[in-house]
Amino acid sequence: MKHLLGKLILALFTITLISSAPPAVDAYKIGEQASDFSLKNIDGKMVSLASMKGVKGYIVIFTCNTCPYAVMYEDRIIDLHNKYAPLGYPVVAINPNDPEVKPGDSFSAMQARAKEKAFPFNYLFDEKQEVFPAYGATRTPHVFLLDANRYVRYIGAIDDNAQDASSVSTKYLEDAISALQAGNNPDPAETKAIGCTIKVKS
Amino acid sequence: MLSGSFALQEKPDFERFIAQDSMTVAVMDYDQLRPLLHFDNDTTYVVNFWATWCAPCVQEIPFFVQLDSMHADDPFKLVMVSLDFKKDYIRKLMPFVQERELEEYVVVLEDNRANFWIDDIDSSWSGAIPATLVYKGEQRAFFERTFHHVDELNDIIKPFLKD
Repeated sequence: MKHLLGKLILALFTITLISSAPPAVDAYKIGEQASDFSLKNIDGKMVSLASMKGVKGYIVIFTCNTCPYAVMYEDRIIDLHNKYAPLGYPVVAINPNDPEVKPGDSFSAMQARAKEKAFPFNYLFDEKQEVFPAYGATRTPHVFLLDANRYVRYIGAIDDNAQDASSVSTKYLEDAISALQAGNNPDPAETKAIGCTIKVKS
Repeated sequence: MLSGSFALQEKPDFERFIAQDSMTVAVMDYDQLRPLLHFDNDTTYVVNFWATWCAPCVQEIPFFVQLDSMHADDPFKLVMVSLDFKKDYIRKLMPFVQERELEEYVVVLEDNRANFWIDDIDSSWSGAIPATLVYKGEQRAFFERTFHHVDELNDIIKPFLKD
């Protein structure tokens, strides 16, 4: 009930802001249950969160080939998967961009990039552009850390230094995963970073 | 330099500049930028956050420049805050600033505390660029979007100029 009231207030608030609000008005909040999806992986197979068995959570990252911020984080995303997938937290990368707007983010370009960098994680294509608005992703890269039951536990940045991995002072995402592992709530549960807009037809 | 865009007493002391040919662009941290987002006077400020690597940002820049020339006689100032990467300052940013004749508008924000300053600039901002702040004194509006025509911008600033 409390939850419903919160949603109602949020909806009313949203209506008053609608003229200037970004499209992602239904963005997930911390503690809400994220929806599952079925998206095409670079190997051509459809992948859903439910299809990943025995996991303790999901590191869902909206990212792409073309955004310089996403590119700067590629190696770190690979390292995250290699470190956390064996511990039950696989990376699930999703490209939300419309390739008609950004040809470098086409499915074949995704396949090429994944091969070149030997991505060890699923790299999925949000072809209908339905998943990123449901999550409320607004930029690349944009992280949503879900627990085993798909409840959203952390939203935001990977760390606090995109330009120089060696100068990072706070690893927000790793700290959030550690909190989940210890049975705690991540703090901060939300962070912000500069990134590229998600490319949609105007 | 900010070449007369800001009255001298309003200009923070910048310690760093990027200089190339005859051009100079100030590099600031957020503490130095913040006063530029909070002038308390009768001028309407349009502050655009952009980078040379951001295609939609580059596409909308001509509309901001047009807006500035439309309001040459009004209390209006355009500030273009570049979020370019350090490695691109000399190779990409400065040639772009020169080619587009943007020197009078551009400052560079170089500050890793994005998780702090994004919210401080506007709590509705997710961090995606382009993004634009319009303000006059306490009156503020923020737009996380791309503009496709100068009229879209002009419609936004008209009420600011009028009040």
